[in-house]
Amino acid sequence: MVEVSVRNVKKSFGATEVLRGVDVLVPAGGFAVLVGPSGCGKSTLLRLLAGLEEVSAGTIHFGEREVTHLEPRERDIAMVFQSYALYPHLSVRDNLAFGLRLRKTDDAVIRQRVDEVAGMLGLGALLDRLPKALSGGQRQRVAMGRAIVRRPALFLFDEPLSNLDAALRAQVRVDIRRLHDQLGATSVYVTHDQVEAMTLADVMFVLNRGVVEQAGAPLTVYDAPATRFVAGFLGSPAMNFVQGVIEASGDQLRVRVGVGDESLPIPAGEFTSPALIPGLRVDVGVRPHDLVLAPPGAAAFELSVDYVELLGPEIQAHGALAGAPIVAALETQSNARKGDRIPLSVKRLQLFDAESGRSLR
Amino acid sequence: MSQPGDRRVPLIESLLSHLVVLLFVAFSLYPVLWVISLAFSGAAVPEARVLPIPREPTLDHLWAVVSTTRELEGETAWLFGRQLANSLVVSLATALVGVLIATPAAYALARFRFVGKDAGLRVLLATQMFPAVASAIPLYLLLDALGLLNSRTGLVLCYATTAVPFAIFQLRAAFEAIPVDLEEAAMVDGATRAQAFRKVVLPAARPAIAVTALFAFMSAYNEFILAATLLGREEMFTLPVVLQRFIGEYDAQWEAFAAGALLVSLPVMALFYVTQRHLVAGLTSGGVKG
Repeated sequence: MVEVSVRNVKKSFGATEVLRGVDVLVPAGGFAVLVGPSGCGKSTLLRLLAGLEEVSAGTIHFGEREVTHLEPRERDIAMVFQSYALYPHLSVRDNLAFGLRLRKTDDAVIRQRVDEVAGMLGLGALLDRLPKALSGGQRQRVAMGRAIVRRPALFLFDEPLSNLDAALRAQVRVDIRRLHDQLGATSVYVTHDQVEAMTLADVMFVLNRGVVEQAGAPLTVYDAPATRFVAGFLGSPAMNFVQGVIEASGDQLRVRVGVGDESLPIPAGEFTSPALIPGLRVDVGVRPHDLVLAPPGAAAFELSVDYVELLGPEIQAHGALAGAPIVAALETQSNARKGDRIPLSVKRLQLFDAESGRSLR
Repeated sequence: MSQPGDRRVPLIESLLSHLVVLLFVAFSLYPVLWVISLAFSGAAVPEARVLPIPREPTLDHLWAVVSTTRELEGETAWLFGRQLANSLVVSLATALVGVLIATPAAYALARFRFVGKDAGLRVLLATQMFPAVASAIPLYLLLDALGLLNSRTGLVLCYATTAVPFAIFQLRAAFEAIPVDLEEAAMVDGATRAQAFRKVVLPAARPAIAVTALFAFMSAYNEFILAATLLGREEMFTLPVVLQRFIGEYDAQWEAFAAGALLVSLPVMALFYVTQRHLVAGLTSGGVKG
């Protein structure tokens, strides 16, 4: 169990700058998730932690120990690859034992540890099979087992669930978090899937174009996104954005959206940025689940519905406001139909500086 | 999992496809059958017939070829045995040298970036464009200067120069088909790069290496022109040169030639039989991922 500390790490491949000064701190025993769109640098950061790539600048510490320039084998880590990377010519047992054998572990200890891990992951009946005779889910478990059996100080996961079907993915996600809680080692997990990020993480790092846009507990990041990018990246369906201008109305600030005179009140005390002054151009963000059917007269605006998705537990009504597409996630009983104009109120909104994309909280 | 054999094929379709296959097999086997027929034929002169069936069957020709002896250094030596040994030793050594040199070279070309890589690859490719005959005279002069004419070592050196570039190309494709993840997983698991290569990459590339070795063996075993140029003494001949000796300018010993050809093919047929499983896997391993 080690604390992972990445300080101002940069990484370039030729002229391409993939990481542009990244700081990451994962407390010992914590589960950190690096999340972001493809090309954001999250996998590169993981490979730097593993020692599979050299940093261009900056340092990496595991606990007190600086590992920046150490070989992978000197870092006391285990990694689960997206492709699982099982050794095709070795049986499941030998795959599990591979790392221990390299470290000249005693045969009796190897046997005992392999059996223990096989029991933990339900691999007992598969020990003598070759990887090609396993299903995708079984391979994934062998890859997990191969990491666990070595009892490393740090687990690295590179999108380990992306080759599984949806049902299995949800199951294994729970298993991974349970194993983490059981084993207690620090974990760093890379994914582009926000559901995995939200559900697994103690601390989440949202990366975009080589920088950490925001770090924090998943719910904090979800509820108070620091940038427009983070707000748009997390949540499904994605947050709605409408351009607007801040205006004063008495002693209260409101945000006027679009060309009409529709305007929304800005809750007092919630947005405290000194930049928030009348005339400022902003992006207003509202999550689909924060749009609710309003009682007559209390609506913030009316949405003319041009498309409806029936999901069972909820209805997603699509329309537009001031030229921007809007999705509202409504209760199924609301019975919204195509062609309806439905009155909506806003439970909660986000404001971002239109220039910088920074939150105005 | 569904196997290709699970599908029920209509009888007529099956018959037709077998007929076509049979036709091709007959087409390619016909000359071979003639050689076999001739080898066992007792009749003096071969005559043109449709069916390759031996006339007056006999084992005399085979025996005559196998039992050739010569007086060498005052002793009676089993000439055919020596020549067979020449062929096998030269071919095995070529395969061994070829694979030993080509494997690390191919791995480096598949995995690392270094100065001169592209140029090196192009040069390797260029060596494949010239027919071996073109280099026969220079090679003769080189070996002469080195005192390696009429020696197995000299022949192996020459064969290796052509076997290595081809082997490098084949093995490079095989290494490229092995996911880098495997090596990285091994290195995270505690292996050095050398250990990752030895314990993970080499086993995964084994079928391709076997095929490459077989190709090198075969091309050396079948090679005629260089052997005929570089070997002057009868007891140093490899089998293709021996075979050619049966066909003279004024006289052709067709039966002996056929019997010799049959004997020469036996080791290769045995080798193919033993390695055919690897062969199919190896030939496709470069092209198909995973």
